[in-house]
Amino acid sequence: MINLSLLTPEIIVLITALIVLILDLLPWRGRKVLLATVGVLGTVGALLITMGQWDLREEAFYGMVAIDNFSVYFKALFLIICTLTILLSINYITRGGIDLGEYYSLVLLATFGYMFMASGTDLITIFLALEILSLAVYILAGFMRHSPKSNESAFKYFLLGAFSSAFLLYGIANIYGVVGNTNLKDIAQYLSQEAALKNPLFLAGMGLLLVGFGFKVAIVPFHMWTPDVYEGSPTTVTAFMAVGTKAASFAAFLRVFFYTLEPLKGQWVPVLWLLAAVTIIFGNTVAIYQKNIKRMLAYSAIAHAGYILVAMVAGNDLGSSSILYYLLVYSLMNLGAFGVVIIVEKKEEENLTISDYRGLAYKHPMLSAAMSLFLLSLAGIPPTGGFVGKFYIFSAAVSGGYVGLAIIGVLGSAIALYYYLRIIVYMYMYDPEKEFLDGPVPFFSAAALVITAIGTILLGITPARILELAHYSISYLGH
Amino acid sequence: MHQIFFWGFALLAVFSALMVITRRNVVHSALFLISTFFWVAAIYILLEAELLAAIQILVYAGAIMVLIVFTILLIHVEETKIINPWQRQRPIAILLGVFLLGEIFLILSRALFPESIAGTALQQVAQEGNTEAVGKLLYTKYLFPFEVASILLLAAMIGAIVMAKREIEK
Repeated sequence: MINLSLLTPEIIVLITALIVLILDLLPWRGRKVLLATVGVLGTVGALLITMGQWDLREEAFYGMVAIDNFSVYFKALFLIICTLTILLSINYITRGGIDLGEYYSLVLLATFGYMFMASGTDLITIFLALEILSLAVYILAGFMRHSPKSNESAFKYFLLGAFSSAFLLYGIANIYGVVGNTNLKDIAQYLSQEAALKNPLFLAGMGLLLVGFGFKVAIVPFHMWTPDVYEGSPTTVTAFMAVGTKAASFAAFLRVFFYTLEPLKGQWVPVLWLLAAVTIIFGNTVAIYQKNIKRMLAYSAIAHAGYILVAMVAGNDLGSSSILYYLLVYSLMNLGAFGVVIIVEKKEEENLTISDYRGLAYKHPMLSAAMSLFLLSLAGIPPTGGFVGKFYIFSAAVSGGYVGLAIIGVLGSAIALYYYLRIIVYMYMYDPEKEFLDGPVPFFSAAALVITAIGTILLGITPARILELAHYSISYLGH
Repeated sequence: MHQIFFWGFALLAVFSALMVITRRNVVHSALFLISTFFWVAAIYILLEAELLAAIQILVYAGAIMVLIVFTILLIHVEETKIINPWQRQRPIAILLGVFLLGEIFLILSRALFPESIAGTALQQVAQEGNTEAVGKLLYTKYLFPFEVASILLLAAMIGAIVMAKREIEK
């Protein structure tokens, strides 16, 4: 069955991307805001339709795509990320002199790729989705063509991204060679035979898949590209990929490993245990030494991928739902923190070191309050969403019998507290030395900050409802 | 007979691939790359996958090679000749390479890809021919990836335009 109508949200996003390209040809000065508006309208429309697909358990295109609660949850998350990114970008890309219409178009195309990462139920679909989003983000990373750093970032990301795609593809080829099919359902069926679990070729394929996904979600030791790419890219793009690409890669990672490769748990859980521990320790320790705020947030993003791995290792009911919950919180608080960086950043990469935040609270109290909220949430302090997310993850690890890993996680968060609080200290404990912004805080960016701040607090105060949704999403994976 | 041809083509392919990475002159590397593509295409023909062989030659030996040659034209080859591609990584690279190769051999010695899968595919091909079988699959079971690939190309095209566009006037 083809069931094209089930893909309405994706098609809307795609059409919006094309409309934006065409509208950019209008000979009108104010058209850039129009492009952003159209982009936001398209994503919000797609979001509404996606929400209407809740509880719909259908397949489209001969089992290539699934519309289940898992994919609906993630698609809604990606559409929210896309909307917030567009809101944050409007002012930033004009200031940075990169306000080409293609910018929004590529953000929308990347979102299109994200959505199929979550709903793809065939390794080929997942691979194609990954390539679509990667290509779009490679180009976005190099959007500031006058900046050597941005060029470096795009090039590094492109080379290492292509390298990691090759790993993934080689893994897919190995699995196809053994099973004779790339469909996740058929692979799961193949694994229901006892003998299949020991096939070395299949295990090699699984290992290669793990490496491929590891690159994309940036876990140690596959994280090498992250700091440079995050630092060099336009900050809006950094926010978009730190949140969107990571969540999308985790979506596919979860579907493949939690559903299809579930019988091989005994093989991949110990590996993920080790990777989680190394990622948390390394990410948090190195983040302390960073002077550039974007690099610091890059290492913090690496550490957060480690926390999510802890929940994957735990693998129980609470663990799996807390992954989805944490990805939502992570997206909101990270977009918020990057949002403040975007607002404060000036042209020519000014105001990007941590000491530049000296005395921000005395000039812009609201902005500093928002930044403090996001940083406290990233550090995992109550009553924010970050605290609840970490609490769920670590209690899942403890009840799953991984006490050691939970301890490493908590220690890692304690280290993290230092570098997050340092920024707050700079903002509140020093006198301002200069003007931060050239004008008032831009309206659209402020709107995005308000949305993320409210989300971060609400998730911290009333987490039960969303956790229930997350639980409901992941427990229907593959059924 | 089959075996002799296979080993001949395979050895030539590996030899050309080795030449690609060891030549200092980029143009020589490119030429050996073409020959690698051709020998691999010959192996496809031995496997009775004539469509794959044709695509291999058209896309790789044709289109991708043109791209590579253009790149060589655009960058200054004389300058790149000086760079030693190995630098200090050599011992580690050799160690890891040998390790990986050993691992692959170990896996292959323990298990082979099941023949039953290749068998069913071959039967289908024998009935209706290679190209027809692939075409049918592309427009039925694999319709979705086939269509979505066009969006991948669209993203690449937009990207190429953005990268090549002139700076925005201030």
